Amino acid sequence: MSTFFDRILGREKRSARQAKDRLKLVLIHDRIDMNPGTLETLKDELIEVISRHVDIDPGAVHIKMTQDGRQQRLIADIPINPSGRRRSRKNV
Amino acid sequence: MTNKVITITSGKGGVGKTTATANIATALAVDGARVVCIDADIGLRNLDVVLGLENRIVYDLVDVVEGRCRLRQAMIRDKRLPNLFLIPAAQTRDKTSVSPSDMVRLIDELRTECDWVLIDSPAGIERGFRNAIAPADVVVVITNPEISAVRDADRIIGLVEAEEKGPVRLVLNRLKPELVKREDMLSPDDILELLAIELIGIVPEDEKVILSTNRGVPIVLDGKSQAGQAFRNIATRLAGQNVPFLNLEDRNGFFGRISRMMRSGGD
Ligand SMILES: Nc1ncnc2c1ncn2[C@@H]1O[C@H](COP(=O)(O)OP(=O)(O)OP(=O)(O)O)[C@@H](O)[C@H]1O
Ligand SMILES: [Mg+2]
Repeated sequence: MSTFFDRILGREKRSARQAKDRLKLVLIHDRIDMNPGTLETLKDELIEVISRHVDIDPGAVHIKMTQDGRQQRLIADIPINPSGRRRSRKNV
Repeated sequence: MTNKVITITSGKGGVGKTTATANIATALAVDGARVVCIDADIGLRNLDVVLGLENRIVYDLVDVVEGRCRLRQAMIRDKRLPNLFLIPAAQTRDKTSVSPSDMVRLIDELRTECDWVLIDSPAGIERGFRNAIAPADVVVVITNPEISAVRDADRIIGLVEAEEKGPVRLVLNRLKPELVKREDMLSPDDILELLAIELIGIVPEDEKVILSTNRGVPIVLDGKSQAGQAFRNIATRLAGQNVPFLNLEDRNGFFGRISRMMRSGGD
C-alpha cells in the first residue's frame, strides 16, 4: 500500500508493478483453489493441532504459500518453545 | 511422437487466437508444408473471414462429423497457397454437436495426409475448449499483457497440464514496447515468471493486423510488418528451429534478455 506521502512524492508503484503483485496473489489462490480466508482458517487449525503435542507460540508461526515454477508450496515455520520453559511456565 | 497437431487457445476471448492460427498456418504453408487449419469455434466461426475464404464454404466440421460429407470435401483450398486448407466451423450449430472423441477421430484421419494441423479453439473452458485440445500434440496458449488475460491463461495452462497433453507454449500478443518501457504494461519477463511456461513468440501490437483482417490477407504475407515477422518466427520455432526474438525495443534490455535466456536454455 502506498501512503499519501508516497503519492505526492511520486513514489507510488508503477502500474505494471501493481499488476504483477496483484496477479501473483490471484494466481496462488486460483491454482490451489483456496480463498485467502481459508488459508487463515488452515493456519488456526494447524496451530491448534500442533499445540496439542508441543508448546508453541502462536504469534511466532509463519505460514505462507510460495510458487516454485508451476508448483505451489505451503511453507510453515513453527518455532517450538524449549521444553524447560514449558515446565517452568506450568509451575508458575 | 510427432508434434504436428497444434491447438491455439487462450481462456479469455479476443486475445488473438484466430489471428494467430491464420498467420502461423499461412507461414508454415509459405515454407512449403501441407497445412490444414480447423475452426473449432462452432457457432462463432471467424477463421474463414480472416483467411479470406468465407465465400467458398460448402461443407463444415459438423457436416463431416455427422457424415453428410467426406473430410476431403470440407477442406477448402486457400486462394493463394495450394497447400493450405481450411475446415470451417458450422455457424448455426453449437459446441455440443461435436465431441472430443469426434475430434480425435477426424484429426487422426488428417495426420497421414498433411504436415501440420492447426486448431483454432474457442475462448472459455467448456466443451469447445475440450474439443479443441483433445487431439493436440502441442498446445499454444495466447495471452495479452493484461492482468485478466494472464490470469485466464494460467487457468488454461493448469487444465491442459492436468490432461497431460504434450508441451504447452506461450504466445504473448499485442505487446506495446513503449508502455512496457514506462512500466505501465506487464513485461514478457513478468509474465513468464508468473506463468512459468516456455515462450514461443512475442507479437507486438500492430495496426496492420486490422488492415490485413479487413482484406482477408494474413499479415505474414506482408514482408514489412513486425507482427507478420513475429508470426513467421513462431512458425519457424514450431518447426523446431531456433530464431532469436525480435528486438522490438532496442533501448530497453528485456527483449535482449529474453532472447539470451531462450538461446542459453536451448530447446
Ligand atoms: N498483434 C495485434 N495487433 C493489433 N491487433 C490485433 C493483434 N492481434 C489481434 N488483433 C486484433 O484483435 C482482435 C481479436 O483478435 P482475434 O479475433 O484473433 O481473437 P480471438 O482470440 O480469436 O477472439 P475470440 O475469443 O472471439 O475467438 C481482432 O480485431 C484482431 O484484428
Ligand atoms: Mg477466434
